[in-house]
Amino acid sequence: MKISQERAPIYEAMMELQSKRIVPFDVPGHKRGRGNPALTEFLGEKCMRFDLNAMKPLDNICHPTTVIREAEILAAEAFGANNAFFMVNGTTSAVQAMIMSVCKKGDKIILPRNVHRSAINALIICGAVPVYVNPHTNHDIGIALGMSLEGVREAIENFPEAKAVFVNNPTYYGICSNLKAITELAHSRGMKVLVDEAHGTHFYFGENMPVSAMAAGADMAAVSMHKSGGSLTQSSFLLSGKNVNPNYLRQIINITQTTSGSYLLLSSLDISRRNLALGGKEIFASVCNLAEYARDEVNQIGDYNAYSKELINGDTVFDFDITKLSINTLDIGLAGIEVYDILRDEYDIQTEFGDIGNILAYISIGDRISDIERLVGALSEIRRLYKKDKSGMLDYEYISPRVVLTPQDAFYSEKESVPLESSQGRICTEFIMSYPPGIPILAPGEEITEEIIEYINYAKGKGCLMTGPEDMEIKRVNVL
Amino acid sequence: MEFWYTENHTDNVKFSIRVDKQLYSSRSEFQRIDVFESAEFGRFLTLDGFMMLTEKDEFIYHEMITHVPMAVHPEVKNVLIIGAGDGGVLRELAKYDTIERMDLVEIDKNVIEVCREFLPQTACGFDDKRVNVYLQDGLKFVRRCERVYDLVIVDSTDPFGPGEGLFTKEFYGNCFKALKDDGIMVNQHESAFYKNDAIAMQRAHKRIVESFSLSRVYQVHIPTYPSGHWLFGFSSKMYHPVRDLRTDEWNALGIKTRYYNTNLHKGAFYLPNYIEELLTNVEPAI
Repeated sequence: MKISQERAPIYEAMMELQSKRIVPFDVPGHKRGRGNPALTEFLGEKCMRFDLNAMKPLDNICHPTTVIREAEILAAEAFGANNAFFMVNGTTSAVQAMIMSVCKKGDKIILPRNVHRSAINALIICGAVPVYVNPHTNHDIGIALGMSLEGVREAIENFPEAKAVFVNNPTYYGICSNLKAITELAHSRGMKVLVDEAHGTHFYFGENMPVSAMAAGADMAAVSMHKSGGSLTQSSFLLSGKNVNPNYLRQIINITQTTSGSYLLLSSLDISRRNLALGGKEIFASVCNLAEYARDEVNQIGDYNAYSKELINGDTVFDFDITKLSINTLDIGLAGIEVYDILRDEYDIQTEFGDIGNILAYISIGDRISDIERLVGALSEIRRLYKKDKSGMLDYEYISPRVVLTPQDAFYSEKESVPLESSQGRICTEFIMSYPPGIPILAPGEEITEEIIEYINYAKGKGCLMTGPEDMEIKRVNVL
Repeated sequence: MEFWYTENHTDNVKFSIRVDKQLYSSRSEFQRIDVFESAEFGRFLTLDGFMMLTEKDEFIYHEMITHVPMAVHPEVKNVLIIGAGDGGVLRELAKYDTIERMDLVEIDKNVIEVCREFLPQTACGFDDKRVNVYLQDGLKFVRRCERVYDLVIVDSTDPFGPGEGLFTKEFYGNCFKALKDDGIMVNQHESAFYKNDAIAMQRAHKRIVESFSLSRVYQVHIPTYPSGHWLFGFSSKMYHPVRDLRTDEWNALGIKTRYYNTNLHKGAFYLPNYIEELLTNVEPAI
């Protein structure tokens, strides 16, 4: 029998279990919080009471047959997928499961270089070989865009043996590639299409949104429910289409996912799915209104560029996600990361990230118009107080990587640590990226160039949080 | 039957007024609005349960937030008032013939409607022809103003709820921008007595001194506010609140007041040591 989207099977099972007042002789050892009063005081008694582990009435995330299975069926239906998997190790694990389910050691995968680190990490684990498609750059705003259809076609023709094409839908900044055409092209050559929808949950529920992976016919999608969907941090969905064997995919997920799936996370996914299935249309209409209002107001301040659908060019910007409030700051004479820091330190406003030329204010389900006014008011003040000549500002340039070794071979090879300054011409064996957004500047197996060293030093100087290398201070780098 | 209004001044301190009857109650888009009738304080208005004004003691608040800057600045023509949906600030300002324009920005139109119906003692201020009412967010309104006002009066609620944005650095900075080169800003500045109020007071001062180089705090006695000891902020681009007080000129106007006078004006700026200390702690070192 078909279950209604008004149900939330995991949540309901947890409530029922609670009403039975079962005596716990199982984990977690805090036993409904009693064993850890300080934590219970901090998180609240109710939260601790529902921090449960797999048991018969609550099903088992590694082998779901009852309430988790029902919740998966409901989620699959809500997202228009054939199957949905509850993920509690972050969207990172969903991205990795997608890749590991189609690539073995030595298999090729076509992907844009501006992927999240989790995708390249998957290549380190499984030994697949990346074929990068150059994401074009918009020089006015200094961001990498989507993949052009031609670029994907070229990669497919040069590497017909590739197993899959990997697509960001959208990028962190809200840029969408022509997912439907890329999917049709890849499928016509027998390749699977894997989609990173970490920033695209709302595509499945809102109206007038860019096409979602499942609607475009893609094979798998990793969806960060905890970003625009409202569930708890680290919870996520992996969706799959009709040509994916769900039981094999689950085996892959179980290689790395915890066997102690948190029921706080699982129930948050279940309740959030219900919320979006029932009210998502209205929720995202209101998010769009807030974002559009904020964008108009920011653009009226002057010098800021809060860009939107005018970027659409039918190819590398096939569509734009208007819920993303990305703002270019270079005409103020400040790097995005500098505006990001001023907003937090001087105005008590935390934005999602700042990079060399942009900040991103994440607008969501939980925002209030009064907070939007604060953001706009603060940006207006920053312009009044800090505006300076913009000469000397580095604008982002896509640095086409020279891939010498696969990520896996590079990461596990004999390496030595050298100062960053004298690493030019060497092959890097680790990641260097600013986080967020977490898109690698260097990935394992790539040659270090003068341009890259200059970029890293500039980003560090502006206050970007650089991560990746073994050396926490990013003064030395591991090379072959 | 006993019918009492109670506000928790802290988790451990309550303030109560015996109520005769409740005249009004509703929830607007922004907050809960109530009007009560009492024997001791007359009618009083509460927002989200917090005391805003009573007919008995509102004169203290409204006289002190208006006449102090008016007695310092020699020529106020354009005034911006943020909040103040009860009309009390307008009533006091209307006593000055030299004022040409009073722009009042209130986010909640229900507050104005309710005050007009139940609190004519203050809402009569809206009847003055020089008043223009804008129903919108104060921060948004002031963002678009540059060097247009001689005086900005921030008559906000507490920094929790709809008034939150009016205690921020971006708001005070935008007020600075909205003022002419000899302009003055006066703001409701919370209290320094109970801990949480003191934190809000200190925070507001910190945010103000980041925009205004001259910023002083003055005190006033308001029986129905937590601790009864309340503060206003006086921030200015040019005039000093005491040294530039125009005693004779103001007295010559013959404005009738029940609380304010020019001696009290000076005295209000002499603060208890514990308050001076709270303020100095957040001021930049000279």
